[in-house]
Amino acid sequence: MVKKAIQIDEKDNVATTTGEVDPGEQVEVISPDGKVILKPKVSEPIPFGHKLAIKHIKKGEDIVKYGEVIGVATQPVKTGAWVNTHNVGSARMPTKGKEEGIL
Amino acid sequence: MTQFMGYRRPDGGVGVRNHLIVLAPIDCSYEPAKKIAAQVEGAIAVTQYHGCGKDPVLVHNLVGTGLNPNVAAILVIGLGCETLTVDTIAEGIKPSGKPVETLIIQQEGGTLKTQEKAVRILQRWSQEVAQLKPEPFPLSELTLAVECGGSDATSGLAANPAVGVACDRLIDEGGTVIFSEPQEMIGTQHILARRAVNKRVASDIYKMIDQDEERLKAIGVDSRWMSAGNIDGGLTTIEEKSLGAIRKGGTRPIQGVLQNNWDRFDRPDRQGLWLQDGTGWDVPSVTHMVAAGAQIVCFTSGQGSTTGHAIAPVIKITGNPMTYQQMEDNMDINASTILDGSESLNSVGQRIYESIIDTANGKKTKAEALGYRDYIVFCRSRAAEHMLGHC
Repeated sequence: MVKKAIQIDEKDNVATTTGEVDPGEQVEVISPDGKVILKPKVSEPIPFGHKLAIKHIKKGEDIVKYGEVIGVATQPVKTGAWVNTHNVGSARMPTKGKEEGIL
Repeated sequence: MTQFMGYRRPDGGVGVRNHLIVLAPIDCSYEPAKKIAAQVEGAIAVTQYHGCGKDPVLVHNLVGTGLNPNVAAILVIGLGCETLTVDTIAEGIKPSGKPVETLIIQQEGGTLKTQEKAVRILQRWSQEVAQLKPEPFPLSELTLAVECGGSDATSGLAANPAVGVACDRLIDEGGTVIFSEPQEMIGTQHILARRAVNKRVASDIYKMIDQDEERLKAIGVDSRWMSAGNIDGGLTTIEEKSLGAIRKGGTRPIQGVLQNNWDRFDRPDRQGLWLQDGTGWDVPSVTHMVAAGAQIVCFTSGQGSTTGHAIAPVIKITGNPMTYQQMEDNMDINASTILDGSESLNSVGQRIYESIIDTANGKKTKAEALGYRDYIVFCRSRAAEHMLGHC
């Protein structure tokens, strides 16, 4: 079965995987009303429940999930790339890990 | 417009159930109260376990329970020497015009004599409420409480956002929603405050969540810390973690912060979305919202939960397919269909919304059908709150 990633709010620029994704796999990104809005090819392993970018995100740009800013990109993030503390910092407070740079 | 069938109370509230409550103001009279309630169809005994004091928060919770529209009549049974008297509770409920009676075990001459009188009162009420006819009402008469417990990775991804969709729909149709658990809002103060209807409400939101951070700090917990486990599970920031919890209340403007403390006992005075200061402990959190008037509860649980409530039917929703499969006897709604793409988030939200209406119309939830009548009253330590400068 094709792996899925859920966009929770229409404003989100990340989606959350519902199963572990392997490099080279194509993922179906599903919008809140059930449409497949994107089929990015993934180039790195992404664990279950983790985020992937569904747009190209520039360094310093907001990461939006639940329609709200959950953090800021600490480096450019390509569409389909894994999104976590290695490329995102909290906009408000340091997270454990890679918060250097923009904060 | 959607309507539901309910029971109009003398004070204007609309119940979706017709409970008879046997209320023990203190645990000293709770055992006899339980035996009495067990003898009469539709009667439920409740109490509080905070000892022989007269803390206003206990009064608010117990009086609020009696005032909840799902309660048709209230029998208050005391031992006799307690500080929180049967009259204090009865006087609080009486302005509603609902039937309220009191009995005192020490004055009646023991539990058996009390029981005979009590059962006769409840028997009469039971016959009377059976004759009440439900009438159609708009959703502006419905208040939903939203709670989560036993969360897992699917909670913030499926169950909570789907319940949020149902909350938005309910509010758009004129209804009211309350959600609480301020501990789970930490890191999202600014996000919730931006949704406040005015600056006073925004300031109340900051105050409520900041105070909860101070309580955690007092016991050595850094509430903004993201554990390695959180990050390994896919949560990047505290905002993301807390957003997964607060999304269960939907996205509509926040009308106010309801307090139930030593000075205030607030209930929503208009429709829309409300926050309530309270606890992350599931059952007392629900009791707190029920005391504020909630007639129905949506409860999300990734790992599964058995929770029901004495006063309000509890609809349980899971986003975890394994949990639904293993605990189908306890979980009402399977939201895991979002994960495999077989159903959209909005479609599951619509299903939850319909389940709320069905429950209002009398359909029993699984916990209700199994007779689970959870009831715990929450009360913070006033001494600790004083030392923290909160009161």
